[in-house]
Amino acid sequence: MDYFLTDKQKMIKNLARRIAEEKIKPKRAELDEKEEFPWELMDILAKSDLFGLIIPTEYGGFGGGCFENCLAVEELGRACIGVATTFAASGLGAYPILFYGTEEQKRKYLPEIASGRKLAAFALTESSAGSDAAGIQTQATSSGDVYILNGTKQWITNGGEAEVYSVIAMTDRTRGARGASAFIVEKGDPGFSFGRKEKKMGIRCSSTRELIFDNCRIPKDRIIGREGMGFIIAMKTFDEARPGIGALSVGLAQGALDEAVRFAKERVQFGKPIISFQAIQHMLADMATLTEAARALVYAVARYIDTRPRDFSKVSAMAKLFPSDVAMKVTTDAVQILGGHGYMRDYPVEKMMRDAKILQIYEGTNQIQRNIIGQALNKEYGKKF
Amino acid sequence: MEIVVCAKQVPDTESFIKVGPDGKSIDTTGIKWVLNFFDESGVEEALRIKEKVGGTITVLSVGPQRTVEALRQGMAMGADKSILVDDPTAEGSDPAGIAKILAAVIKGIPHDIIFCGFRTTDDESSQVGLMLAEQLGIPHLPPAIKLEISGDQKAVKVESGVEGGMLTLEAPLPAVITVGRGLNEPRMASLPGIMKAKKKPIDTKKLADLGIDPATVGAAAAKVKIQNMTLPPERKAGQIIEGASVQEKAAKLAQLFKEEVKIL
Repeated sequence: MDYFLTDKQKMIKNLARRIAEEKIKPKRAELDEKEEFPWELMDILAKSDLFGLIIPTEYGGFGGGCFENCLAVEELGRACIGVATTFAASGLGAYPILFYGTEEQKRKYLPEIASGRKLAAFALTESSAGSDAAGIQTQATSSGDVYILNGTKQWITNGGEAEVYSVIAMTDRTRGARGASAFIVEKGDPGFSFGRKEKKMGIRCSSTRELIFDNCRIPKDRIIGREGMGFIIAMKTFDEARPGIGALSVGLAQGALDEAVRFAKERVQFGKPIISFQAIQHMLADMATLTEAARALVYAVARYIDTRPRDFSKVSAMAKLFPSDVAMKVTTDAVQILGGHGYMRDYPVEKMMRDAKILQIYEGTNQIQRNIIGQALNKEYGKKF
Repeated sequence: MEIVVCAKQVPDTESFIKVGPDGKSIDTTGIKWVLNFFDESGVEEALRIKEKVGGTITVLSVGPQRTVEALRQGMAMGADKSILVDDPTAEGSDPAGIAKILAAVIKGIPHDIIFCGFRTTDDESSQVGLMLAEQLGIPHLPPAIKLEISGDQKAVKVESGVEGGMLTLEAPLPAVITVGRGLNEPRMASLPGIMKAKKKPIDTKKLADLGIDPATVGAAAAKVKIQNMTLPPERKAGQIIEGASVQEKAAKLAQLFKEEVKIL
């Protein structure tokens, strides 16, 4: 398929592809097995300036949009979504500063994130607040010229490895979701520490940890936007980032399809390669069709987002929901086509299927995505049902 | 330090290779062309030298117009400029012909160090670097796996692997150094690097610009001619030795070694 990419976009895709093929693929199984954070690969991505993709040129970035980011993470995800998630999570951590930060905050943090010298992370989820984001317990109390943070964030991607954290905390509990605010917390701030590294089903090279705030004092000027804007900032960040999860999903599905087709051409049963059997062909045909449909949706939505429309929550949710469900199905079917081989760790599809599951869960579960789409429909068609 | 990296564009080793209809060359349809790995490694070494002592890096190639992509790859990594000798008469040159053309270019430009991959991943003749040094009348250093420029920048010291050991050699500059496996790990080009490479100059030359008599290079003048190309035979299925006991299996294996493989 030709998606009419510009020369710049082709260049981004090719560069990410080359890094994925030459650097990520040979390492992915070992990183997964050892649950080792991919610092070496982050260094390669940093030297290629890919971390600057979504950062404007005035802050040392490349000035790309949602679409350019999608092209890069898709290619990285084709090799390993553990590595690609680590990469993409830094962008997620940067978005609040990029969209709502003051000029000073942007000058201080964005160039370092763009160069890859520092990783960023985004922290919203808590043990009692995931899908129900308004249930956040972490408190930020204003005291003189500092905010004092108390509470624990859970399952934070890049936790412990990132230097810059965008953290959502309550400044006024009485106001519910409108009482949340966003803050920049730096690794090393007094009272800020990390919980244990979680043991996960998939994306095992990525770091997932608790962030613990125990009377963590940060200067007043670390607030992003104004008090009470935390929830809006979080939602806007997710709206922008969701097609990225869709792109990761497309990459993963494509990676699994590549493996399945290659295997089906080589595997001989009943005297013929199994790709000559209709049962296999039909499975592959469905996998390929779903993957291409997911890609077309992600690209269309990402390009639409780059035209800066006013409200795009609905389509952004669609661009996460559909591809992640596709990735789950395609990776599961890839394991089926490889049969016993597919179930073994000697072949990459076993990892791919384990990895796929997180795509339906993080950055808003697929149930939440359906809520967002449903609510948008309700609004669009008026409330007279 | 003026550094010249000789580069060849070769089929990606992942490409599916088919023999062409003439039986003497490969079918180039659908081939992905890349910069020869050892030449890429040469660009990397040149960049490391430049980062230390400063200088200019020129990537030089002989080939058709598509070769521009390989030159851009070198410039995206950080090389400053390129020279491409694109002349249909040069096509089909043997290593001696290529060395002659490269030498003619290099004689006309400043040069302290010349890097050549010690071999290409397509023809693997491993001759161009040596012949080039001969043509230029300067030293050639064998496949380097470690390299050091002297403090006064007048000499170079390389380490090269020999059977069971290491050879350390020193030569005055200018010299031709062939790049061995393991000299370095070439860097990935960066996004801004790729952007900048599009604007870096590529000087395209014809044989006439270099004062080369067309009759002395190209397919007609080649002393080495490819007569025939065939793909390696498909690997036969392995043989499993059956037997009731280990002793019986070992006896059968020994017999096979004696009678069929003839190594005992």
